[in-house]
Amino acid sequence: MDDHTITIDGAEIPFQQGQTIMDAALAAEVYIPHLCHYPGLTPRGNCRLCSVDMGNKSVAACTTAAVAGQQISSDTPALNAARKSITQMLFIEGNHICPSCEKSGNCKLQAMGYYLGMLDEHFPQFYQRREIDASHADILLDRDRCILCDLCVRASREVDGKDVFAIAGRGMDAHLIVNSSTGKLIDSNMAASDLAANICPVGAILIKQEGYQVPIGQRIYDQNMINEVGLQEKAVKKTKQDDD
Amino acid sequence: MNQRLPINSDSKSEHLLHRLYALQQQCLHISPEAIRQVANEFNLPVSQITAVVAFYAFFYQQPCGRYHILFSNCTSCGYLADGENLLLQFSQHLDVAPGKTRLDGLVSLGETSCIGLCDHGAAMLINGLPIIELDANRIEQIAQLIITETPLTNWPTEWFQVNDIVHKQGLMLSENFTVGSSLKRALASSADDLLAIIEESALCGRGGAGFNTAKKWRICQQASGSAHYVVCNADEGEPGTFKDRLLLRSHVEAMFEGMALCAYIIGAEKGFIYLRGEYRYLLPHLQAVLDQYRQLGLLGNHICGDVAFNFDIEIIVGAGAYICGEESALIESLEGKPGIPRVRPPFPVTHGYLGQPTVVNNVETFIAAAQIVLHGSDWFRSVGTEQSTGSKILSVSGDCQLPGIYEYPFGISVQQVLHDCEAKEVQAVQIGGPAGRLIGKEDFNRRISFEDLSTGGSLLIFGKHRDLLTINRNFAHFFAHESCGFCTPCRVGTKLLKNNLDKIADGRGTQQDVVEIKQLSDLIQRHSHCGLGHTAANHMLDSLQHFPQAIEDLTQQVFAPPFALDEAIKDACRITHRDDAVARLK
Repeated sequence: MDDHTITIDGAEIPFQQGQTIMDAALAAEVYIPHLCHYPGLTPRGNCRLCSVDMGNKSVAACTTAAVAGQQISSDTPALNAARKSITQMLFIEGNHICPSCEKSGNCKLQAMGYYLGMLDEHFPQFYQRREIDASHADILLDRDRCILCDLCVRASREVDGKDVFAIAGRGMDAHLIVNSSTGKLIDSNMAASDLAANICPVGAILIKQEGYQVPIGQRIYDQNMINEVGLQEKAVKKTKQDDD
Repeated sequence: MNQRLPINSDSKSEHLLHRLYALQQQCLHISPEAIRQVANEFNLPVSQITAVVAFYAFFYQQPCGRYHILFSNCTSCGYLADGENLLLQFSQHLDVAPGKTRLDGLVSLGETSCIGLCDHGAAMLINGLPIIELDANRIEQIAQLIITETPLTNWPTEWFQVNDIVHKQGLMLSENFTVGSSLKRALASSADDLLAIIEESALCGRGGAGFNTAKKWRICQQASGSAHYVVCNADEGEPGTFKDRLLLRSHVEAMFEGMALCAYIIGAEKGFIYLRGEYRYLLPHLQAVLDQYRQLGLLGNHICGDVAFNFDIEIIVGAGAYICGEESALIESLEGKPGIPRVRPPFPVTHGYLGQPTVVNNVETFIAAAQIVLHGSDWFRSVGTEQSTGSKILSVSGDCQLPGIYEYPFGISVQQVLHDCEAKEVQAVQIGGPAGRLIGKEDFNRRISFEDLSTGGSLLIFGKHRDLLTINRNFAHFFAHESCGFCTPCRVGTKLLKNNLDKIADGRGTQQDVVEIKQLSDLIQRHSHCGLGHTAANHMLDSLQHFPQAIEDLTQQVFAPPFALDEAIKDACRITHRDDAVARLK
């Protein structure tokens, strides 16, 4: 066996030193479902959709280093069933009402549901009540739809060079907070052009005034499945860029 | 909100958790203004301080009462332990709702996870101090003292008298330890020789995971970094565990020396003790012994005259988060952050505190190490099994005549422990707390050891009369409360599990619920991020396997709605003044 390959679902996949299983898979155009991972940002491993089997245990592909000779199973009925359950958990934890959500068609959570063959939410709803922040002129923060993936937190820190978001609270109380003296977006230095404003996989962070510019039916996941789109994403970290 | 907040000019040197605690002591909560001030003082983002305040259960963003009461909700020292609801009684006496502060600011009431007083009956913390042996009578007396605003110093002292009841002394607890004896012996040897002694003893971590201690110390010693650290995990949060309370009060000298000799081996100059917030009342004793050690030249610079050996210990007090017993979450907390477990590997032993090589061991392990250096590895190996050398200190509580602390050689059978603590008509035993294993009679001949039943020290006994589903429900509530919220399976799954059990307890259990509980448990166990999630459903899976009757009896219906219908329309009925038969659904 090659010194620098791993095996995913029987296919040998090359990797470079320092890559994770997810990095290697995406580079080889092997899709492992994921929501909280975005190539180019530090992986966190919180959504757990990218759980893969290695030996007799399950690991997150996005945070587990690729090591030569790893035998990995990903596209199995059991793992896809678990991924569907996790997706359903994210649906019922927040208030995700697709027909009335302007993100519909561009939403990764919705697209993941389709990809995994999710036909219902299965679990009873939690009916969360979380605060909406409409203070910013260009950006709306609807926490009801937040899936706590932490992408905006990382995008703001790592690409935008700001520190606009954080997640606070424990367990079911976990929620997205804004790093400003009032806790409101208007008092942060966020701009609609920030990656943090555009990376939200769901409809929690929305750019105002453009919700329906692209009609439903012509949107990202109306055209392609998430496993196709997911292979083409990449965030480019800015190096010493002046944002103003 | 223009209250003046006390300024601490020296706050740079103070730990964030301690600063927040001090502010809360003065203002009875941590206001948005206080958060902004602390962010300023520490030069940290407001969001980080907000996240820390929101993470730890003992920080409050709304004012607490002048008397702040937290009832334990553990199965052994909790407010339901004796069949009466003491929390409810207290709430009625003082007209204060659980989770609330009374409008006049006199009293606030809440519940908290196990406070480590399981050998003292039902217990509470009042302004951080423990009151034991609660019953209806004592609850009434406490209420009276609060109504009359009697200072705690004038309350009966015996209420606060926590005694460490040791029913069985073994290898470690029977040794009289002379201050400095282990450390002086250690410094007479080279670091390598010392490590060899620990290695020969085959000492493994006493927290339950059982990692070889010498191996851990050696990896850390060999890991490169700008500094090495020693951390003592005194965050004994597993419900039913209280042996650290004894060890921290009566054997802390050996613990300090265990930490120091670890520092000597790995080349550390700084050590931390992470003390659970529930044990804050032990702090004065720990500080006094630390001071004594510094005065004797056993800590500080040039320990025992060795010019090359400098080491000191700082105590950091937690603020109510079970997850901080997980070593990487503990380190996050030490670094002034919410206690969210890191991705492992890398492990703390190479990338720990501030990213540097760090040994994390628990109280009992450091004490064992100090004793091994003093008495030799043969002494240690003289008891225990081949794989599990030495002894284990158990916290025994629940339905038995003699709850308390028992030290046994590893390999002792559960049956023997049950016999010694005079437990009669035992239905089940939870070994290792809610995160451990629930076993029934057929397994009582199993042995406590790393190779069979591993435990951090908690042993909860449930008699014939107990409803096991109530126990499962208690544990499910515990994990839902303590889940850090980082990963989906644990954050949402523990809450779903709790809701499912609540539904069954409410008389709405169905056959499908059992299927759901099984599937959910498997998912949480297999796909969570850290050890909390991996173990959070153990009790449920064990219960379904060993005691299926407990749940099957209550889940005979084919269908029941997931929520109580009449409860759901209660507000609507009240608003429309409808209380007739037609307005009810059931």
